[in-house]
Amino acid sequence: MFKRRIPLFILAFVGTLLIVSVFIPPMENLGEDFTLFFDIIAVFAFFLGGGNLVRIHFGKLRRRKKDWGFSIVTLVAFFFMLTIGLLKVSSVGGVWNIPLLGIGDPAAIAASPTTEGSWFQETFNYVINPLQSTMYALLAFFVASASYRAFRAKNREATLLLLAAFIILLGRTPFGMELTRWVPESFSVLQIPNMAIWIMNSPNLAGQRAILIGIGLGVVSMSLRLILGIERSYLGEDRG
Amino acid sequence: MKKSTLIVMAVVVVLFLLSWVLKASALQPEQGSYILRGFLVTFAAFLTLAVMSFLYQDNPFYKFAEHLFVGVSAAFWMCMGFWTTIVQNLIPRLSTSLADYFMVPQRPEGLNLFFYTPVILGILLLMRLSPRGGWISRWPLAFIVGTTAGLNFIRYLRSDFIKQISSTFVPLLGTQWEGIGPFLSNLDLSASGQLVLLLSNWVVFLGVFTGLIYFFFSKEHKGAFGVGSRVGIWILMITFGASFGYTVMGRISLLVGRITFLFGTWLELI
Repeated sequence: MFKRRIPLFILAFVGTLLIVSVFIPPMENLGEDFTLFFDIIAVFAFFLGGGNLVRIHFGKLRRRKKDWGFSIVTLVAFFFMLTIGLLKVSSVGGVWNIPLLGIGDPAAIAASPTTEGSWFQETFNYVINPLQSTMYALLAFFVASASYRAFRAKNREATLLLLAAFIILLGRTPFGMELTRWVPESFSVLQIPNMAIWIMNSPNLAGQRAILIGIGLGVVSMSLRLILGIERSYLGEDRG
Repeated sequence: MKKSTLIVMAVVVVLFLLSWVLKASALQPEQGSYILRGFLVTFAAFLTLAVMSFLYQDNPFYKFAEHLFVGVSAAFWMCMGFWTTIVQNLIPRLSTSLADYFMVPQRPEGLNLFFYTPVILGILLLMRLSPRGGWISRWPLAFIVGTTAGLNFIRYLRSDFIKQISSTFVPLLGTQWEGIGPFLSNLDLSASGQLVLLLSNWVVFLGVFTGLIYFFFSKEHKGAFGVGSRVGIWILMITFGASFGYTVMGRISLLVGRITFLFGTWLELI
């Protein structure tokens, strides 16, 4: 009953209520309130994720598992960032502010955590940002090797994929612009940058739209399955 | 740990310290707290190179950067969630004294005790960490899934289904059709010419139609239906190629950004 029926009831009730609210003007704001509820619970989910991270890495450390030394890095980084973020530690011009501990300017508590000069923002700028953008930039190399395999024009479909990608890539570089600068204005659609724009706005748009319509139908049918209690995988395997 | 690994680590530490000193001394005339600033720039460069070292093979520097990223990111999102959602949106609706403490403006509509619901559900979600009471986290999970299902049902029906279909029905003779004579008298291939615009409308209409035919699996793709399906594949292939090219461009611009940082901000060579 508590483990299975109540979650099914909560889901069906909340889902139906939000769909019905669209058709009843006094309930129009319900969607906004529930979105905010969702955001608030999501913050608790972040705390849950943080708690789980600490639990896993402490466990690794305690059992001296492989690479346990790196768990220390994760834990130190986590608690350091958490402390400076929650306490809003900042030091501007040699003046320290830790408003939650009563150090420095108490009005600093109202400042955004991402204010320039806060340690939280500095850590974002000099640790998270380089790591994040380099991780994504690294994909450029893997994409290059993947595209070598994928872009061999083995058949008509692969050739189309290759041509579209090539024109888009070339169309966004000065080299692409220089390459077809000689094409007269009355044939300007054949200039590579214009061709890239045309591909993005016409066949690409058509393909994206077909995919979006498919996604829309998929989401609607999955929502219905959830609300009607047909889809229950989110409850996990314990069928108690 | 192997001797060679220790030597490499020692060399990296020495280079790091050297870079820190040089960077700090280069910044000295310009900025206060130059020692900290020098450290931060050097550390960011070290992290960039540590991640890039994965291109050679997995190594302790990459693992260090990876573990650091996990720890810092988890805490970053927790803090952002706390300050932007809990403090800004929840506290002013639940308590005036807490709102005063955090110096956030009170809500014009006053307190709303209805907002204790997500707090209770959030606490129940944390029960997931408890080995015996973990099942109770299904309640907030059901609420999250229910909210997503209810909101997405209408949202996707409107934006991904109805709106996309209505946008597909474009005038196939162009928006400024003045008859066959004027049309034939102006058949240039300029990017903004009527022929190209007309072709775009046909490609969008037929492209969506044939793309949907390809995704329809309840009928065998044979005959005229098969031809439509094949055209649909071509359109989808162009879409995938365009998306691929776009993604590669994005990644390359990020790479350029990192290289600019290394050679500009850190080494000051460009």
